[in-house]
Amino acid sequence: MNDVSADIPCRLQINGKTYAADLPPSVTLLDLLRERLDLTGTKKGCDRGQCGACTVLVAGKRVKSCLVLAVSIPDAEVTTIEGLSPNGQLHPMQQAFIEADAFQCGYCTPGQIMSAVALLAEGHTHSREEIREFMSGNLCRCGAYNGIVDAIEQVVAQQNRNHTGEAA
Amino acid sequence: MRRFSYSRPATLDEACHSAEHTRFLAGGTNLIDLMKSDVERPAHVADLKALGMHHIDEQPDGGLRLGALATNADTAAHPLVADRYPLLASAILAGASPQIRNVATNGGNLNQRTRCHYFYDPDMPCNKRSPGTGCSARGGRNRIMAILGTSDACIATFPSDMCVALAALKATVNLTGPEGERSVPIRDYHRLPGETPWRDNILRPGEIVTSIDLPPASFGPHHTYLKIRDRLSFAFAIVSAAIGLQIEDGIIRHGRIALGGVGTKPWCVPAAEALLEGKPPSHSLFRDVAERLLQGAMPDRDNAAKLRLAPRVIERALWQASAGTPQSQTDKTIR
Repeated sequence: MNDVSADIPCRLQINGKTYAADLPPSVTLLDLLRERLDLTGTKKGCDRGQCGACTVLVAGKRVKSCLVLAVSIPDAEVTTIEGLSPNGQLHPMQQAFIEADAFQCGYCTPGQIMSAVALLAEGHTHSREEIREFMSGNLCRCGAYNGIVDAIEQVVAQQNRNHTGEAA
Repeated sequence: MRRFSYSRPATLDEACHSAEHTRFLAGGTNLIDLMKSDVERPAHVADLKALGMHHIDEQPDGGLRLGALATNADTAAHPLVADRYPLLASAILAGASPQIRNVATNGGNLNQRTRCHYFYDPDMPCNKRSPGTGCSARGGRNRIMAILGTSDACIATFPSDMCVALAALKATVNLTGPEGERSVPIRDYHRLPGETPWRDNILRPGEIVTSIDLPPASFGPHHTYLKIRDRLSFAFAIVSAAIGLQIEDGIIRHGRIALGGVGTKPWCVPAAEALLEGKPPSHSLFRDVAERLLQGAMPDRDNAAKLRLAPRVIERALWQASAGTPQSQTDKTIR
């Protein structure tokens, strides 16, 4: 039977870099990012999957990293808020959050932005109601929800303009 | 979280023969939460994700087989689910949040535990968590607790939305265990608490949900999933209803109804469904159906409001299904 103290090999692609180490199986992806890799942009809010502050992308899909065991996603590609602007150039969603005043204290913001980036790819952005519904996994205790929806709508509008431009 | 050992079985057979005190890990959105709360204390976690079982396949009879490890999000978005089983897609989208649905699996949804506050608090007596310690919810803060299927030992609500739709669709759960394979109707899968509330379902030791079968679709546009909760989104049901009707020439041929939020399991009453057969939609018929569905309901200290809310939800949902205007999970207006 397995030794309870046995660490498990963990290998991940985090923001384009390979990470490999043996980890206790109880280490969540969130704790790996924050405590072992100093990627503290991803925030720990409730640690129970309720607030969304820890949202990252795993294989392009948004997940709550507090509810994922790091050893349970072998070789997965993980993108955190730090990975959105690899060359110091802000991602359009980050820029839109600044312009739309989409945060106050900022603690939920990395999770909001990661969730919003995934939302764009999912395409659930046809109305403010739809955006609100599909952003419901990210809480903002400052109540910046209107600004957050504004920011997302702004990026959707930019994308639509770009697509129209390409077509013409 | 307490320490535990971890393995990733390569075959179903290996997984079924895991040691005692093993918990099976699928998406983990409920199990890991429970381990953090010290409610679940497995010595070993066997991760099932290397076993495949994430496909959604058409069946020879025209039905659909949903892999146990398909995520809730992939299931709701699958074209065959969205086209033929919009009731199921709607119920899935009414539950949890996009991030949870991206990870949570269909098999895991069946096996999730109650969100009873007392179950989640290891300092409080709870027969479901710690057999024989008593039920703190009885006479306690129990606004969210069940009014149907309760026992002296437990009044915890079964929390799923997806399972309510599966019960209305009369799905079948396929299992594999150390003694072989078997299939169980979804309506018989979850257990009433009785004197043994720690057993949520009929799973035997080592048994694993491998897939869920949906019978051929028959409701057309006549379905709805209507969910009432404390917020507009990302909250468990206080009362919900999944309804599918087969209507010909204005007459209901068959009706399927399951309730969420009110029962210790997805709540179905075949005698209530039978009342619908051969009749046109009417207020008196739907009132009778609601009354029959809720027969025997027993509120406790704080949850009597469910007795008043549930008939309204049932009747409104029956009208939505009759009209072929299912509840939108985006535009929250209830019409």
